[in-house]
Amino acid sequence: MSARVTLATAWRVAAQLRRDRRTLLLVFVVPPALVALLKYAFNEQPQSFERVAAPLVGLFPLVLMFLITSIAMLRERTTGTLERLMSMPLAKLDLLAGYGLAFAAVGAAQGAITAAIAFGLLGIETAGPVWAVIALAIANAIVGMALGLLLSAFARSEFQAVQFMPAFILPQLLLGGLFVPRERMPQVLQTVSDALPFTYAYEALSKVAADEIDGRFWLDVVVICACIVLALVLGAATLGRRTA
Amino acid sequence: MIAENLDVRRGGKPVLRGISLTIARGAVTGLLGPSGSGKTTLIRAIVGVQIVHDGDVTVLGRPAGSPDLRRRVAYVTQAPSIYGDLTVRENLRYFARVMAAPAARIEQVIATVGLRQELDRVAGTLSGGERSRASLAVALLGEPELLVLDEPTVGLDPVLRQGLWATFHELATRGVTLLVSTHVMDEASHCDDLVLMREGRIVATDPPEQLLQQTGSEDLEQAFIMLAQRA
Repeated sequence: MSARVTLATAWRVAAQLRRDRRTLLLVFVVPPALVALLKYAFNEQPQSFERVAAPLVGLFPLVLMFLITSIAMLRERTTGTLERLMSMPLAKLDLLAGYGLAFAAVGAAQGAITAAIAFGLLGIETAGPVWAVIALAIANAIVGMALGLLLSAFARSEFQAVQFMPAFILPQLLLGGLFVPRERMPQVLQTVSDALPFTYAYEALSKVAADEIDGRFWLDVVVICACIVLALVLGAATLGRRTA
Repeated sequence: MIAENLDVRRGGKPVLRGISLTIARGAVTGLLGPSGSGKTTLIRAIVGVQIVHDGDVTVLGRPAGSPDLRRRVAYVTQAPSIYGDLTVRENLRYFARVMAAPAARIEQVIATVGLRQELDRVAGTLSGGERSRASLAVALLGEPELLVLDEPTVGLDPVLRQGLWATFHELATRGVTLLVSTHVMDEASHCDDLVLMREGRIVATDPPEQLLQQTGSEDLEQAFIMLAQRA
């Protein structure tokens, strides 16, 4: 692995994003707009909204980065640039870390903008520290990126890659505790949700929202980091230098 | 480059059947055959990106796909493998960093492929021929010892095609080994040596003049037909 190649890759991915103005606009405008929309939709139930506001700000990057990365990586596979890179002196980790750096930066910006608008402009209350929400947003961006990278190996077309969003992210969203508290779900579903990264991402954020930064919170953070490493290692395994 | 008893199957069907082949260093070898004859698969096996079922490929004295060959062998795929959303310069700058090539090298390769005017254009807006030349420029960045090109002249106008063949020979005189695949028989006359393929087998390996002599034919197209019928 080399810092030169990793940074060059991060810079290249960022340059590609920079050229795609519309995507950037969507990445930075959609999450705060949706938070604002939710705030007014929950106008009559401000307490319910407060429970989900901070988690939403911190979870958007996961969903968005998942989508963007799986498409970007799929393009890299279908246009032959991946094969070209694999025939060059580039370590698989250089490529993954390059993508990671670029998308973590975008996730950080997205988290910061959404947080600034949600907690500043819209005056949404959160009991815990705002920096923790942003830090988790960055970690979640990397989780989304790592999962997208991994799953892109199983998509043959962009149509399929887009379908992975409802197939892999939506169930995690439903089971992670955002809609129904996990302890009120059937035991089977609770067990399933124990194995899903989203569960820990949501739990950590709701702990911040309630200002309960305890041992359980740090355990969540450890699990999130482990998910990133696992998804990246599995993702690296899908980047074969030889194909059929 | 030496291949021995190479067998490759794709999707359960045999694509290369017991290919044995030696390619001379510092020469331009043409890989000819109709579409579907296994040219690309053979090229991929040489570059080391193809899963091979049986046989050995040795490239520059090392097994194909060895890590140290990644600096010494360059491969230009049929479809131009560059980032369509970056400019030609950005593409070259990125790949130069990956290859650890000096920045000055970008100027040289861009002159070689004649894309100076297009340097700051987004690759996706280039014509097909310009894009494949940009892809070739990337392959030249690392000053490879073996340059493998899969149908590099498709869609190029005759003047550019002539220029590209001149470039290939210039590289060969500098000691670079080139393997160029094409399905256009006229282009075969540009090569020092020819490998004719059909249905996953090698039909002949000889210099163009010798093939004409052996078959007593007027042109290479006819020679190919005769050899294919004989096999």
